[in-house]
Amino acid sequence: MDYRNTLTTCTYCGCGCNLFLESLDGRLTGTIPCKTGPVNEGKLCIKGWNVHQFVQSGKRLTKPLLRKNRKLEEVSWDEALDFIASRLKHIKAADGPDAVGFFASAKVTNEENYLMQKFARAAIGTNNVDHCARL
Amino acid sequence: MAGLAASFGSGAMTNAICELEQSDTIFIIGSNTATSHPLVATRIFRAIEKGAKLIVADPRKNQIANFAHLYVRHKPGTDVALLNGMMKVILNKGISDDKFIAENTEDFEAFKQVIDKFTLEEASNISGVSEEDIKNLAKVYASADNASIVYCMGITQHTNGVNNVKTLANLSMLTGNIGKPGTGVNPLRGQNNVQGACDMGGLPNVYTGYQSVTLGDANKKFAKAWGVETLPTKIGLTLPEMFSGIENDEVKAIWVMGENPVVSDPDANHVKKALEKLELLIVQDIFLTPTARLADVVLPGVSFAEKDGTFSNTERRVTRVRKAIDPVGESRQDWAIIQDVSNAFGYEMNYESPEEIFDEIADITPSYAGISYERLEGPGLQWPCPSKGHPGTPFLHKDGKFTRGKGLFHAIDYRPPAEKTDNEYPYLMTTGRVYAHYHTGTMTRNSESLDFEIPEGFLELNPADAQELGISDGHKIKMASRRGEIKTKVMITDRVEKGVVFMPFHFEETNVNKLTNPAYDPIARIPEFKVCAVKLEKA
Repeated sequence: MDYRNTLTTCTYCGCGCNLFLESLDGRLTGTIPCKTGPVNEGKLCIKGWNVHQFVQSGKRLTKPLLRKNRKLEEVSWDEALDFIASRLKHIKAADGPDAVGFFASAKVTNEENYLMQKFARAAIGTNNVDHCARL
Repeated sequence: MAGLAASFGSGAMTNAICELEQSDTIFIIGSNTATSHPLVATRIFRAIEKGAKLIVADPRKNQIANFAHLYVRHKPGTDVALLNGMMKVILNKGISDDKFIAENTEDFEAFKQVIDKFTLEEASNISGVSEEDIKNLAKVYASADNASIVYCMGITQHTNGVNNVKTLANLSMLTGNIGKPGTGVNPLRGQNNVQGACDMGGLPNVYTGYQSVTLGDANKKFAKAWGVETLPTKIGLTLPEMFSGIENDEVKAIWVMGENPVVSDPDANHVKKALEKLELLIVQDIFLTPTARLADVVLPGVSFAEKDGTFSNTERRVTRVRKAIDPVGESRQDWAIIQDVSNAFGYEMNYESPEEIFDEIADITPSYAGISYERLEGPGLQWPCPSKGHPGTPFLHKDGKFTRGKGLFHAIDYRPPAEKTDNEYPYLMTTGRVYAHYHTGTMTRNSESLDFEIPEGFLELNPADAQELGISDGHKIKMASRRGEIKTKVMITDRVEKGVVFMPFHFEETNVNKLTNPAYDPIARIPEFKVCAVKLEKA
C-alpha cells in the first residue's frame, strides 16, 4: 500500500490556498487543507475540499483527437503533432505569422504560459497572445 | 488591470490578503467575495470581529452584504456615479488627505474639476442610492485610519471598466489609503492563475514581467535569450480582436490552451461561428469541452494534480504546484505538449523539467529574478522579488512611493453602459458565480459532490417581477436579449431588485453568454458581461 500526501496549490480561484492531495496506490482519494498555507491557514471552501474529484473523472481525455471525415477520432501523438506542425507551417507561409493566434490560460502553470508565448513570439513570430483575464 | 497600471504603475492587487485583518474599514464593490473568494472573505469576517466596518455596494445583495455595516444597491453600470458622489462628499466635508495628495500624486486639479461639476443629487439619481447613504459611505470610508477597497469583475466587466478602476484608485489616493498595510485597491483575480498568465506575458503587448514588446531593449533582450534574430514589435490582437480577425479572414489558426471561450465569452453563438470558420483550431484541454468539440485537433493535457510548476495568486504570491499522481491515459504534461509542437514545427526546445523553464523565466524577468523552486519551499514569495536575498513584497507603493513615481489622478465623468432597457427588452440582466461552481464548470460539473450541490442553471428574479409575469419559483422562463435566447428555471428572491435579474454562467445547457453583450471597454477590451437588456416570458 502506497499512501502519499502531496503539498500543492488549489486550482480553482485566485486565492491560492495550499492543500495536500491524498493518494493511495497512484489514485487520488482526498484533499486535506494545509495549516501553514499563508492564505488559507488550514481552511478550505467547498470547492477546495472536493478539488480531487474532477481529476479522475471518466470523461477525461486520454488520447489526442484529430478531425477526419468531420468526426474527431483518436490518433497517436506523432500523427497529431505532425498534423499541427504542417498546418501551422502552411498557414504561416501563406498568410503570415499574424494569421495565427494563441489563447494562453489562467488554468495552467506559469511555466506553461511562458512556453506558449515563447512559441508564439519566437517560433511563429506573432504577438497575438491573450487569455481570458477579462472574462 | 489597465486602470490600476495607469494610476499606480502596477496592475496587481496592492496589498496582501492577510492584511485585510488590519483594516478598520473594508469597502467591497462589485465582488461576490463570500462565494467567489471564500478564503478572502474569511479575513474580512475576522476584521469585522475585531471591530472593522464593512461597507458594500452591489446591484445584487450578495451573501457578504448581509454582514455589512452599510449596504447600498446601486443600479448596474453606475459605479462611477456612485463613487464620484462619495468623493464629492469627501471634498465638501474637507476630509480628504491633502498632505498625501500634495506629496505623492499628480493631476489632482483636473480630477477635482470633474467632481466640482458633479452634484450629489446627480449621483443619487443615476445610481439609485439615496444621498444620505452616499454621504454615509463616504464618511465611513474616509474617516478610517486604514481603509481597504476590494473589487472584482462587478467593476471590470463593463464597457467603462477601466474608468471604474481608475475611479477606485482616485478614491484611495484622495484619502491616502494606499501604500501601507491594510489599505489599497485590491482586485480579486477570478481564476487561480490569471495573475501568472499576465505575469508570464500571456498578453499581446508584453513579455514576462510586463516588459513591453514595442521597446527596443526588451525586444533585443528576449530575441537574444530565445536565440532568434528578431521578434515582432507590433502589438498583437486581444481576444475579442482575434474573433473579429477571424471574421475578416485575417486570422486563420487559433491554439486554445485550457480555455473554453464558447461558454465563457459573450455572444456565444457568434463565438462558435467564428471558431467553426477557422482553417485550424487546436484545443489543448483535459475534457472535451464545448470549445474542444469544434476543434480540428484536440491535445489531452493534464490537471494540476498531475503536474509540477508554479501558480501566482491574486496577491502576487508565487507558490508551488506538485505532482501527486501520474497523468491519466496518454495525456501529456502541457509544457511538454508545447515543446513537442515546437520541435515538430522546427523551433528547438529541450527542457527537461518545469524547474528548468522557471529558471529561464527568472533570468529574464526582473520581478521574478530572486525566485527559485528552492526558495518556494514554504509559504511562497510575493513579487516583486528582484534578487536572491529579497524577502518579496507584501504591499506595493510603500509610503506613497508609487511604482510609476507619483500616483496619477484621472478626471472621469460618468458614462452609461452600452445597452439600455427599452419597451421590448425591459429588464437588466447581470451575470456571476455560485458557491459550488467555478467558471465554465468544466471541472466542478465533473465533480460529483459539487454538481450535486447545484446541478443546473437558474435565473434570480425579484418577487414583484415574478408576480407581474405570473411565474412561480422553480418554473421555467424564456429569456432573450438582442443576441440570443435561453430557457431556464426561476429562483424568486429579493437578492435582486425589481427590474434586474441575475444568472450564473457555469452551465453550458443554459448558457447565459448566448445573451450577453460583447461590447467592450476601449482600453482593457473586457466585455460588458454585467449589463445587458433582456425580455422575459413564461415558458
